[in-house]
Amino acid sequence: EGLFSCWNTSLRGTIAHKQLVCHAACNGELYSRPFIESFEETPMLLAVLTYMSYGILTIFGYLRDFMREWKIEKCHTAREREEQKDFVPLYQDFENFYTRNIYMRIRDSWNRPICSVPGATFDLVECSSNDYNWTFEYTGRVVKDVINLGSYNYLGFAENTGACATAAGEVTVKFGVGVASTRQEMGNLDRHEELEKLAASFLGVESAMVFGMGFATNSMNIPALVGKGCLILSDELNHASLVLGARLSSSTIRVFKHNNMQSLEKLLRDAIVHGQPRTHRPWKKILILMEGIYSMEGSIIRLPEVIALKKKYKAYLYLDEAHSIGALGLNGRGVVEYFGLDPKDVDVMMGTFTKSFSAAGGYVGGRKDLIDYLRTHSHSAIYATTMSLPVVEQILTSMKCIMGKDGTTIGLSRIQRLAENTVYFRRRLQEMGFIIYGNNDSPVVPMMLYMPAKLGAFGREMLKRNIGVVGVGFPATPIIESRARFCISAAHTKEMLDRALDVISEVGDLLHLKYSRHKVLPSLDRPFDETTYEENEE
Amino acid sequence: MLKTVVLHNVLMETVIRRRRSDSVKMAAGQQWVLVEMVQAFYEAPAYHLILEGILILWIIRLLFSKTYKLQERSDLTEKEKEELIEEWQPEPLVPLVPKDHPSLNYDVVTGPPSHRIIVNGKECINFASFNFLGLLDSERVKLKALSSLKKYGVGTCGPRGFYGTFDVHLELEERLAKFMRTEEAIIYSYGFATIASAIPAYSKRGDIVFVDEAACFSIQKGLQASRSFVKYFKHNDMEDLERLLKEQEIEDQKNPRKARVIRRFIVVEGLYINAADICPLPELVKLKYKYKVRIFLEESMSFGVLGEYGRGVTEHFGVNIDDIDLISANMENALASIGGFCCGRSFVIDHQRLSGQGYCFSASLPPMLASAAIEALNIMEEDPGIFRVLQDKCKHMHKALQGTPGLKTVGEPLTPALHLLLENSTGSRTNDLKLLRAIVDYSLDRQIALTLARYLDKEERFLPPPSIRVVVTVEQTQEEMEKAAQCIREAAVKILK
Repeated sequence: EGLFSCWNTSLRGTIAHKQLVCHAACNGELYSRPFIESFEETPMLLAVLTYMSYGILTIFGYLRDFMREWKIEKCHTAREREEQKDFVPLYQDFENFYTRNIYMRIRDSWNRPICSVPGATFDLVECSSNDYNWTFEYTGRVVKDVINLGSYNYLGFAENTGACATAAGEVTVKFGVGVASTRQEMGNLDRHEELEKLAASFLGVESAMVFGMGFATNSMNIPALVGKGCLILSDELNHASLVLGARLSSSTIRVFKHNNMQSLEKLLRDAIVHGQPRTHRPWKKILILMEGIYSMEGSIIRLPEVIALKKKYKAYLYLDEAHSIGALGLNGRGVVEYFGLDPKDVDVMMGTFTKSFSAAGGYVGGRKDLIDYLRTHSHSAIYATTMSLPVVEQILTSMKCIMGKDGTTIGLSRIQRLAENTVYFRRRLQEMGFIIYGNNDSPVVPMMLYMPAKLGAFGREMLKRNIGVVGVGFPATPIIESRARFCISAAHTKEMLDRALDVISEVGDLLHLKYSRHKVLPSLDRPFDETTYEENEE
Repeated sequence: MLKTVVLHNVLMETVIRRRRSDSVKMAAGQQWVLVEMVQAFYEAPAYHLILEGILILWIIRLLFSKTYKLQERSDLTEKEKEELIEEWQPEPLVPLVPKDHPSLNYDVVTGPPSHRIIVNGKECINFASFNFLGLLDSERVKLKALSSLKKYGVGTCGPRGFYGTFDVHLELEERLAKFMRTEEAIIYSYGFATIASAIPAYSKRGDIVFVDEAACFSIQKGLQASRSFVKYFKHNDMEDLERLLKEQEIEDQKNPRKARVIRRFIVVEGLYINAADICPLPELVKLKYKYKVRIFLEESMSFGVLGEYGRGVTEHFGVNIDDIDLISANMENALASIGGFCCGRSFVIDHQRLSGQGYCFSASLPPMLASAAIEALNIMEEDPGIFRVLQDKCKHMHKALQGTPGLKTVGEPLTPALHLLLENSTGSRTNDLKLLRAIVDYSLDRQIALTLARYLDKEERFLPPPSIRVVVTVEQTQEEMEKAAQCIREAAVKILK
């Protein structure tokens, strides 16, 4: 299996290359701007070394487990109550092998508590561990002014001063924080309806509805749209909430390769031609589930092609813009605006308020009949408590700011700033020789580390130099593709980014992370376009 | 196709016949030597050799080609495929909702959703929101939330793992654990997602869950996500539960090896939101140890309501909280904030930090909402008399509603959210709902805000009968409760005649 996935990754590298060329040739007319996305092939030596490192970790894991079994080593895991020892175990011990023996070694890289606004910089609660990450102690000290490359604060609205915070504060004093009822019972305030109207006009759709949690927006609304006898075509890298929603809907789910239009088209054709399995009855409807920006890969959906396909095969498109709304497009209207398309071509426009709006919750936008149906049938509208009012206010104010309705150009300049920061940061990293995944315009920047040990080391070394980054490893990524992920924000100044880049370069040299074999010519002064991006295969 | 099969048979026969004659020769002449064999080969006529050669090639081909191509029969030409694709007409994405659908147009609240509430422009006393302890209006809670907002802003911009953990989250978890007297607590950013994520974190495919029929929708969704076997027992019927447990025991004896890996759970609510009564927890605990089943307890309605100190149904019955494997509740009712939590022993709870989907993959709770919940806990701890007040008011309301003509009061005296059911159903759910809605509208005109209990008719496993919800909070005065009961009585007399 190891060899197989190794093959897969290298295959993906070549495919990405080919698609680059293919685009200009065949589907170029669908795109209004160059679509440059790269997934550089994993170097073979690195793949082998990464597998070896997992091998060593596994051998040591078994050794340690053996020692714990024989009480040579102290076992830190929580134990079952004595009274319930003869119950069926709540979870299998081997299920936790990975957690106990690999994750535990680098656990300090996650869940670091912060104690300030998650803005361009933040303050971290210092913690230390005396037992190799089994337990943490808070030293009482605070690590001040760490540059934040981890939060999804794309437009920099995570603020405790300014228009949004003031407005939310006023509402808090007047309304309180809770609602204590559901939309359909006694929890439908005029503020919620106002937000829905504004969201609809922001998205350019007929109507919209908002929900209290982004995750639940997916998992509680997809079951209202499709059911038995329907087919869901889901991208292989879709977020857990989409997967859960699809599962709860009890429709048939088929998975296509990430952002791969050939794979999607094949599934669509086969589905219509062959109908449902065994009975061969035609499907009632086909729903394509995709995200705008994929937060682990930094890739952007090939929306023009997806829309062409969906029209050709009469399927419906559910687009999750959790990361792209606010972060893409000249006016921050997301991936639809980025490609210059019509929002009416997307049947279900879903997104969250957690990221660009620095609030909480999610929305669904679309035709009026869709939203009317959700008002009457969404699980969330009937069974879940309504969105908190200060949160509503935060979204209202930040959305008005993005739309320029507050009479300033703050929103617009933040969108531009984010786009500039993104392009600059990505280009500099590529020039330094790191392997960077994803689209050139995506503010999520995954940088490949491959080895699990480097994942931990990178996070720690960066933090030592006062920069907070996020690492992602198995099971969120394929086992050998551990990566660091930077989230660029409009709040980052050029100085901050430069400092971060210098530190990344320094740590990159220390840990030997500059894996890229594609030479990128440094091009500091010229504006970024496809001609400055030259690759030489070595 | 048929032709090739026939040809094949004929050729095979020739081969076999030839081989047989060869072997006869071999048996007859014992002195066959290699040279003679070669000689015979030379002597054979050319057509014979060619035929043999073709035969050998044919056999090789047969060996290496696929014998059956099932799809070949049904293979459609590209043109046929195009036609099928052209012909296919999907159903519309959603069916059209009729303009007069009972839940299409929501009641609109203007101003704060507190004790005095403006519904559809009418100022009313709130008998509909689950703001049991009145903490939604508490100045202390509001100010604490405000100072938190001034420190942290609103959003967290990330899940717990990726810099979405704030010091107030840790504080709230610690406080909740301490309040409930358990080892550990974990918070979720949405009440509905709490138990719906907790169940599938433990119960997997092949495991068995015993559930009360009246279980709320979020439990049902959690069960569906877990893909476990679900066995429903009659509401609060311990005999029925024991019957199911015994059945399972017999099943286990048949296959003891399998039985050793099947996890079993009982999922119940402390105070049922749909039935407004309390679960018989002491009996459940007995069954737990007798049949070695774990208990998950959903306490959204009973947390901050039942018990001397508001710890819920365990305190109400004096059950040792360690006997319950997992307690989950939302912070949206009594605590009047947003979100939910699970608590229990670290052995159980810690597992959710890596496998609770709603915990790992969702943005964390806005810190100001966590701060509000902390302050609400402070108030609950400082003034435990509040629970007594609430319980007395619940009893009072329960009593006042007895004997309403045409309406049946469902629920125990201690319940803060009662249901009013029609005594005589019209036989159609739609008409029943219309009648009840008329009562709600009548009351709204007379400053009493009530609401219908809403359900998804087609999605509920056991659809509760249509009802009006009557919620009791500590802020309601005796007179207001009397007035509400009087108003409902008048409406019932007028509308149900």
